[in-house]
Amino acid sequence: MSIPHSGLGAGGGGAVGITEQVDPERLLVPLLGRAAPSGRGGAAATVLRLGTRIGLPLAVAGVIIGLWYAVSDIVLNSYQRFMLPPPHRVVEVGFFTWSNFVPLVQALGTTAQVTFTGLAISIVAGVGTAVAMSQAKWVENALYPWMVVLQTIPILALTPFLSFFFGFALTPRVIVAVIIAFFPIVSNTLFGLQSADAGMHDLFALHKANRWTRLWKLQFPAALPAMFAGLRVSAGLAVIGAIVGEFFFKQGQAGLGTNMSVYTSLTEGEQLWASVLTASGLGIAVFVFFGWLSRRVVGRWYQPQRR
Amino acid sequence: MTTATRAPALRFSGVTKKFAGGTTALADANLEVAPGEFVSVVGPSGCGKSTLLRIASGLDGITAGSVEVGTRRLGYVFQDATLLPWRTVYQNAALFAELEKMDKAERRRRIADALELVGLTGFEKHLPHQLSGGMRMRASLARSLVLDPEVFLFDEPFGALDEITRERLNDELLRTFQLRAFAALFVTHSVAEAVFLSTRVAVMSARPGRVIADIAVPFEYPRAPELRYTPEFAALCGEVSAHLRSVL
Repeated sequence: MSIPHSGLGAGGGGAVGITEQVDPERLLVPLLGRAAPSGRGGAAATVLRLGTRIGLPLAVAGVIIGLWYAVSDIVLNSYQRFMLPPPHRVVEVGFFTWSNFVPLVQALGTTAQVTFTGLAISIVAGVGTAVAMSQAKWVENALYPWMVVLQTIPILALTPFLSFFFGFALTPRVIVAVIIAFFPIVSNTLFGLQSADAGMHDLFALHKANRWTRLWKLQFPAALPAMFAGLRVSAGLAVIGAIVGEFFFKQGQAGLGTNMSVYTSLTEGEQLWASVLTASGLGIAVFVFFGWLSRRVVGRWYQPQRR
Repeated sequence: MTTATRAPALRFSGVTKKFAGGTTALADANLEVAPGEFVSVVGPSGCGKSTLLRIASGLDGITAGSVEVGTRRLGYVFQDATLLPWRTVYQNAALFAELEKMDKAERRRRIADALELVGLTGFEKHLPHQLSGGMRMRASLARSLVLDPEVFLFDEPFGALDEITRERLNDELLRTFQLRAFAALFVTHSVAEAVFLSTRVAVMSARPGRVIADIAVPFEYPRAPELRYTPEFAALCGEVSAHLRSVL
């Protein structure tokens, strides 16, 4: 019995899909916790579980801050300290100084706008491409290698080209975000669409379901967990893409990346690091949001392998 | 065996099936199932028993011979329950009816009937992962029962279940068989299960498979669970086993 939908062999796409699927699950567990089986253990067990779930990341945060202080105060001398000012200075100057805080928030707004626009385009185009690939093998064979190539082109090389067509303001930034965030959505969605097992396809073949019915009632729901895993990766990448884009395309509203490049040249370490922390915050926020959304949508029936 | 006056529900005549890889799964297999008959197929692993069902359902084609299926209302229960994990029991039971574009009101009525028949009333909103193996199999059965099939294909449906659950589901299946009066073709590894359920047991040879013995089971329906422990039952199981040993 030849089984056309055995998933993994598809043009190397499977392997990519798998690796990217595992990571976000692992990362998300300590952040959000997982619906723990109730009624087992007692209050002590709950305390212990919360302790490891919240306490351990906090302990790591402590270590990182300690290292930060060590590098800033001991390794760097006072002329070099601008590269990594101590944490309290970053907070004081970057966040608690009103004249610095206002532009920081405005930059965050711009970067978020670029991120979400880029992500939305990536989702629509990525899912569309993956659906097309899943429906015809020749489309997959024709496009997949170029998706990988697109992934490997350094953005730096594209900047003259992008600025020629799209100028130096928001549009090319969004395009950079799309280029960077696009691939995980395509590869994970495709992997997901091909993941429904042969037995389930038989149910639809038995009743002569057409390909759209099969896509809508079988492949698409089966793909959702993988799609969400891809989305979480892409959400983080879209933030990176937006910031990288802002490094190169500086006209118009300043984003976090625009400011980072300015602060770097002015050796304003405090504000540079405040921008970096803010960018991380944005990345974490979108990551957590998609983790939450994923659990809302597929958590009811999809449980990643339990320990 | 079969009555000559009525058209068969299912007939394989000289069916040969070669796969693309070169394996011959079936060679000149002949088997007939009359309406209302329950026929089990036993045979060594890989002898093409499941292929027989896939051919009857149209999932696989044949290389030579002919297959007649007397109806379009076909039930099929697979080895795995193959429930869609994102659908509730109710929604899973509805799948075939949806694919056949059955009228909505009719669909609701039939799903309720089917779920009641398999004892899943009250579990409509459960998801497959919340069910035991036996309950998943019942849901799978209900999914086909909704179509009120005239021919029902079973591919080792209870093979993965424990002995107690299996016997209970056998009893229930017979009850359903009597109520709905479908023709059944039932593939199994268990001789006792085959004899308990069937009006006839067909024994297949090792690959390439064909039917080498066709044994009538004379016990009247309804069959009590205690039938399994009578000397007559044991004798018949012995006969089927002897045929099986001869082909191994």
